[in-house]
Order: sequence, then C-alpha cells, then structure tokens
Amino acid sequence: MRKVAIVGLGQTPVREHWGNNLRDLAVTALRDAMEDAGVETLDGVCVGNMLSGALSEQEHLGSLIVDYAGLDGVEGMKIEAACGSGAAAIRMAVKAVASGLMDKVGVVGVEKLTEMSGNFSTTALATAADADYESTMGLNFVGINALLMCRYLHEYKYDKNDFSIFPVNAHQNAVHNFHAMFRHKITHEQYAESKMIAYPINLLDSSPIADGAASVIVVAQENVGQYAGKPVSILACEVGTDTIAVDNREDPLWLKGVERSVKKAYHVSGLSPKDIDFFEVHDAFSIMTALSLEASGFAEKGRAIEFAEKRGIDIQGGLPLSTCGGLKGRGHPVGATGVYQVLEAAQQLRGTVSEQIRVPKNDIALAQNIGGSGATVITTILKKIA
Amino acid sequence: MDIPRYWRLKNQRYKLQGRKCQDCGTLSFPPRIVCQKCKSRQTEPFQFKGKGSLYSYTIIFQASGKFENSAPYIVGLIDLEEGIRITAQLTDIKLEEVRIGMRLEMVTRQIYEDGPRGPILYGYKFRPPLLKTAGRME
Repeated sequence: MRKVAIVGLGQTPVREHWGNNLRDLAVTALRDAMEDAGVETLDGVCVGNMLSGALSEQEHLGSLIVDYAGLDGVEGMKIEAACGSGAAAIRMAVKAVASGLMDKVGVVGVEKLTEMSGNFSTTALATAADADYESTMGLNFVGINALLMCRYLHEYKYDKNDFSIFPVNAHQNAVHNFHAMFRHKITHEQYAESKMIAYPINLLDSSPIADGAASVIVVAQENVGQYAGKPVSILACEVGTDTIAVDNREDPLWLKGVERSVKKAYHVSGLSPKDIDFFEVHDAFSIMTALSLEASGFAEKGRAIEFAEKRGIDIQGGLPLSTCGGLKGRGHPVGATGVYQVLEAAQQLRGTVSEQIRVPKNDIALAQNIGGSGATVITTILKKIA
Repeated sequence: MDIPRYWRLKNQRYKLQGRKCQDCGTLSFPPRIVCQKCKSRQTEPFQFKGKGSLYSYTIIFQASGKFENSAPYIVGLIDLEEGIRITAQLTDIKLEEVRIGMRLEMVTRQIYEDGPRGPILYGYKFRPPLLKTAGRME
C-alpha cells in the first residue's frame, strides 16, 4: 500500500446558504481545493452527502458535481454513512490512492439542510437511525443522544451543567474561524438557562442545522512534489462499526464503533493517544464528545468531564478540542462535516488558521467523524510533513 | 402512508414478537434472521412478555414529523425481563414521575394518526404496571 497525503483544501463558509444550491457549494469547495493543489483534473471524485435525496430531491450527486465542476468524463460517486458521510468519502479516496488504482482523488462533502423547514430536516436526519424500531417510536436524533446523556448522568452522578465545558470551548474557538456559523462566545450561565430540546439535552448542547461544502485533494505521498499545495500526511483513516440501534448495544455508554475505529487507526499509524496534539471531535451533542473521549482512549470510562477540566481542552490546553469551532460552533452540515474536520486539522498542521486558535503543538492531529449514534465511525490521523 | 410496513410489522408492534436462535438460544428484538451471537440462520419466533424496567429515558419537547403535535412525551430504553433492551414511548405517566429503574409493562396504544382522515396506527408503549404488587418499588 502507498502512503497517502492531502495537497489541496477548499471550503465554503458554513451558513444558511439560501442563495446557493448543492452543486455550486460543492463545485466551489472542490475547485478551490484543486486550485490549492495546482491540478487541472482528477482521477476520481468521492462525494460525501447524506440527505440530497430527501431534502433537495437530488440523487446522483457524483454525476451532478463532476459535470458542473467541468470534470468531463471523470468518475464521481456519492458515499453515504449518515453524519459520517464526509470522512467515509475520504476513506474511499484513501483506499483508491493507497492501492495504486488512482493517483489523485478529489473528496467533497456537501450538505444543504436549510432547503426545507427545520421540521423536515430533523425528520430526515432521523433516517440515520433504525426506521422500523427507533424513529417510528417518535425518537429523533436529539432524543437518541438524550437517552445516552440521561443514563450517563445517572450512572456517573454528574450534574447536567457540568457538560457546558464542551460547547463553551467550541464557541470560543469558532469566534476566530471565518468559515464558522456561530462566531460568538457562550457562557456557562447561558448554557444553564438554555431551552430544553429533549431532556437532558438543551439547545446549547446541540450543533446547528447548516449548509456547507468542504473539499480535500488526496494523492500518493511519493508524488507530493508534483503539486502546489503544502502537503499533510494521512497516517490512518480507519472505520469501526457498531449496531445501528442504541438499544441493541450491551453498554450504550461505551461506543464500540469508536473503540474499533481508533484501535485500527492507532495500529496502522503506530501511535497512541499520548502522541495526539489536538482532537477534532464529533461534538454533534455534548454527550458525544464525552463518550468519544472515553472510547478513544483519552479519558477513563465516565471521566471525560474531569479529564477535560484537568487536562485542558482549549487552544492552550493539554488536548485542544474542536479547534476551529467543532460541529457546535462551526456548524454541522452533516455530509460535509467529516471533510471540514480533516480540512481544519490539515490547516492546523500547515499553520494557516488564525493566530488566536493556532495550537501550540501541531505535529499530529486526530479527527473523528461519527455516523448515527456511533454505528459508523471514521478516525483519521494526520501528520505534519516537515 | 406506510400501510405495508405496518401490516408487515404487526407481530412486532402488537405482540412484541422477536426471534430465538435454535442453536444457541440468543434472543433478538427487533427480530434478526442471523443470530447476533453464533451467526446461525436457524431462528424461530419468540414471544416477549412485555415486562421490564427503565434503563434510560428522554422527554421530547421539540418533536418533528408525525409526532410534532404530541410533545412533550417520554421515550425510554426498557430492559425486558428476558434480557433484551427495546426503545418505546412511555404512557399513563406524568413527566415528573419518570425515573430510571422503574417497573414497566407493555400496552397497545395509538402511535400516530396519518392525518385527520388517515388511519390510526397502533403499537407498543410501556406504562407503570396496573397491579399494585407488580408495581411496588423496592
């Protein structure tokens, strides 16, 4: 297998893009990444997207995007793994390049969640769960996460307000990321008073519905000299899975999909949690941050909040989290999210993010994208090329 | 309207019927045609009793789709006596009475209506047991 690197990055701001359609968002990000890499064409395009069919009445996204990107004749396909679609698309590109089948592959994650009213989007997002046995019980995605958080509070005796540490940090970092949706700080007091969505999850636990597109160009590391963009190495991009429904898991508070995914990623890269300088975590809800920190080997089971308080998760902390705002602050355009995470990690390794959110040590990054309630998990480890 | 789905799932929605592996005895709900444990494809229908206790819950304040006008309501993860955990709404209970560990029993109730003129769809929900002895808390 060949080693793989990223040589091009492109992104649109995460916003409610009422004036832009799916194809223009995707093409803008993809073409920006190609320009950054200095390439005129690609061997293939992997599109990460979850809900184009449900919300924009548009499938066959691979075709649409290569067509409008001016990539006549290039192969393009959509990859879907719920909220994990973006990193799943990166995984496919990595496989194509590592195997030698292709030399340069464009990945673009794109999502438009504001095409319909929020009610439609929330219902569509619930299709990531078991349709016959979870969603039809009146359970949406906030509710599934709330079931986990309620049990977590019960089992480990935390106060709900202890979770504010995660969204407060995410918002603080988003302030300095132009592409982020919420560029304002929030306080612990605002968190405590925030409106309840699905007890015990409140509004400030929840990442926002948003539109956006992000793109990276994946190439063989042996060829990085041929491209214009500053390269970043992908040491691992590994998938772990678990049952689709939360109720079918022996211990719902232990994300086995996360554990399987990081174990493979650590094995492939020869690294361990102590080697990671910062972590782009899947903070769709605060509880996911906690469970991910634990199953990824950073915090002991039931101790994620203590870990965050002691080790420090802000930019100057021992393990900076969500350095460009995370899903909570940057926004969560679901099928694009995994690509935004990897792109932001690459920007940190390149040293090109705003000074206020530049991590002090930027050699090795971990990005983790979670589909559903932990059923498909993709962990990517990136390394700076000196 | 998903009538074929409701018809197809009637044994699950009305009777809580799962499956049992004929080789290793592992139970499943939702029914699995491949045993989760030993991967055998020899499985048979299994009737759950519908009694259990609450593992976790949420109170949905902002519902969407068919459930938009039902909020607030409680959805729980229920540990059945046979050792399987399932997801269902709780009913016949005030929001402030719900607590992890409480005893529950299955009951057939309306899940949602398909519009004012459409069919009413029924299925399982869980409630605190009616019989005092069964409902007594330790």
